Amino acid sequence: MRAFIRQLRPALFATVVSTVLLGVVYPLVATGIGQLFFHDKANGSLITRDGTVVGSELIGQTFVAPQYFHSRPSAAGAGYDGSASSGSNLGPVNPDLLAAVQERVAAYREENGLSADVLVPVDAVTASASGLDPHISVANARLQAARVATERGLDVRVVLGLIDDHTDGRSLGILGEPGVNVVTLNLALDDMS
Amino acid sequence: MSWQNFLQLAALIAALAITVPPLGRYMANVFGARADGSAPGDRFFRPIERSIYRVCGIDEKREQRWNVYAAAMMAFSLISVLVLYALLRLQGSLPFNPTDRAGVSPMGSFNTAASFVTNTNWQWYSGEVSISHLTQMLGLSVQNFVSAAVGIAIAVALIRGISRTGSRNLGNFWVDLTRGLVRILLPLALVGTVVLISQGVVQNLNGHTAATTIDTTVTDADGNALTTQLIPGGPVASQEAIKELGTNGGGYYNANSSHPFESTNGFTNFMENYMLLLIPLALVFTFGYLVKDKRQTKLLLAVMAGILLVFAVFTSLTEQSGNSALGSLGVDQSISTTQSGGNMEGKEVRFGASACGVFAASTTGTSTGAVNCMHDSFTSLGGMAPMLHMMFGEISPGGVGVGLSGILVLALLAVFIAGLMVGRTPEYLGKKIQASEMKLVTLYILAMPFALLTFAAAAVVIRSAATYQAGPHGLSEVLYNYASTANNNGSALAYQGTGTQWYTVTQGFSMMIGRFFTIIPALAIGGSLAAKPKVPATSGTMPTHNALFGVLLVGVIVIVAGLTFFPALALGPILEHLSL
Repeated sequence: MRAFIRQLRPALFATVVSTVLLGVVYPLVATGIGQLFFHDKANGSLITRDGTVVGSELIGQTFVAPQYFHSRPSAAGAGYDGSASSGSNLGPVNPDLLAAVQERVAAYREENGLSADVLVPVDAVTASASGLDPHISVANARLQAARVATERGLDVRVVLGLIDDHTDGRSLGILGEPGVNVVTLNLALDDMS
Repeated sequence: MSWQNFLQLAALIAALAITVPPLGRYMANVFGARADGSAPGDRFFRPIERSIYRVCGIDEKREQRWNVYAAAMMAFSLISVLVLYALLRLQGSLPFNPTDRAGVSPMGSFNTAASFVTNTNWQWYSGEVSISHLTQMLGLSVQNFVSAAVGIAIAVALIRGISRTGSRNLGNFWVDLTRGLVRILLPLALVGTVVLISQGVVQNLNGHTAATTIDTTVTDADGNALTTQLIPGGPVASQEAIKELGTNGGGYYNANSSHPFESTNGFTNFMENYMLLLIPLALVFTFGYLVKDKRQTKLLLAVMAGILLVFAVFTSLTEQSGNSALGSLGVDQSISTTQSGGNMEGKEVRFGASACGVFAASTTGTSTGAVNCMHDSFTSLGGMAPMLHMMFGEISPGGVGVGLSGILVLALLAVFIAGLMVGRTPEYLGKKIQASEMKLVTLYILAMPFALLTFAAAAVVIRSAATYQAGPHGLSEVLYNYASTANNNGSALAYQGTGTQWYTVTQGFSMMIGRFFTIIPALAIGGSLAAKPKVPATSGTMPTHNALFGVLLVGVIVIVAGLTFFPALALGPILEHLSL
């Protein structure tokens, strides 16, 4: 116990020193480097239109209107709530999950005019981990292309071409999985008209 | 798993194989491998260290016995808990709080202070909802660093105990702590931070940025227009880097490493996975250099990496094969050129299901607990794997420092059991393993299962604690979450509400038992071994670097975990799987 009490003084000073060095200097130096050399990225890869922030390239949004590609289901707040990231955390056999998936499959088929034997891509009917996933699979995007093209009076080949343009491939060609960025894709569609 | 999945795993193994050995050697030099005590970068680092010693009143030449070393560690942990507790309680009236976060409740603050000081980084709260930028920087980031440096110090002290003869001292805690911070963790974290920012991980002091969303027809459930999205800010990259390097795992945001602002693409996911394995693996090389026997490194590395790989491949395969409960619902979970498929509930498209399996194994084999997908939505067997991996005691390769200590303790148990079989006094690296060491080994090994099973059993019996999903999955949640806290992991089956008084308090205690009732016995073992003479190896000495010992060590790891946890696992994930 005497040894313990004798160590309290260095413990207190070590805490103060590490708080200054690692809690103040380190994050502020990092913030300085980020703001200086990677200004847009350090601030959230924000997208602006006419001076207004309309979102981030990295954070998904909810789309319900038929002329837009639709994002994955989201468990973040009321859906894609940037201040409340979350997955559903439902277990694999939870009845709520199975009911939700069943409902989403039916809605997806109806929305996109698909027959009852078309299998729906899994990412279209499951909630992501963050609730903010900006991507959908290429398969999911292609199944939505006809609807978007019709609603916008575009040739479906133009829309399919845009999907390719907004598909983020694997990093360095091998890391991660390809995905279509719904936010930038829908913005590109709006910019066309 | 497709060939791309295997390629990603191969790339991870390659990146580690190239960088881990030199880092291990560097760390060995930092902790006195060279005869003259010099280390690379002395000209730059020595002045910084000297000024820290001067400010803190530390005599760097003065070595400590194991109990003084432990007392210093405990004093430092106590002050850390108090400072963090105060920060959490008072954050509402402190600056750098652009999102106006109020002070955290007393129980919640206790849990979080215990969590970050013990390197668990269990989070009962949601980062973006509860914690101010100031607390993230001054409190959580700092603990990410120092709790990892404490782990390194403990491992180094235990190694000294094994390699020294006839000594009473294990080194100086304050010197080991300072050198670990200044020469290892801080430089690596700075590099990691810059790379992460370059990929889009945010690093600013902003609060929320309000965006006017693209589709103006979106409404909430009551029909109100929903056209504003709050985009969060914060000094995230600087915390993300040390969160992985220090095997901490506490996310800046609730969604942890699945949040696009914590991990933006396949590369950042790869890099974070790499960073959380880097130091624990490198320390195995440090061990080999410090005891001057590189064959020990090979043996321990083979055991750790072997177990890790089995879990990584198994979890990848089960998650990639999809959730069989969705099979009849018209869902396409197959892998093709246009989708990565698999069990995608709680997973991100840019990572895919397979990479989640590798990350889940890495995060539970170390004591990290960062997640890039939601473990609660894993398939039954895919979810059992990370839980079982933690129950192995997190030795594959384990948390920074504590993983190495853990496997060395298990190695002592293995030589003891082998010694009993042939009727010889067991030895490890020339040190006789006797009753006093074995008592401490037993204490070390029982601490985690005690904190896990006692609290989990009580939680199941106490009905007010029932905040989990129905059926066997609920038991899995209770078991997983206590396995996580007792092992200082921090990942969660997050459906379960753990913000109740019962959980914040019991999980706070289970984290402390899991940390200090292992660290202190490890130091005591080091102290006891340091005093012993080295006995020369004879033809009757059991070698601890060959395949036979490897098999024995794996056997001990599996049997200890199996005997302790199999009955509980049978009623949770195994029952859930069989009921499918």
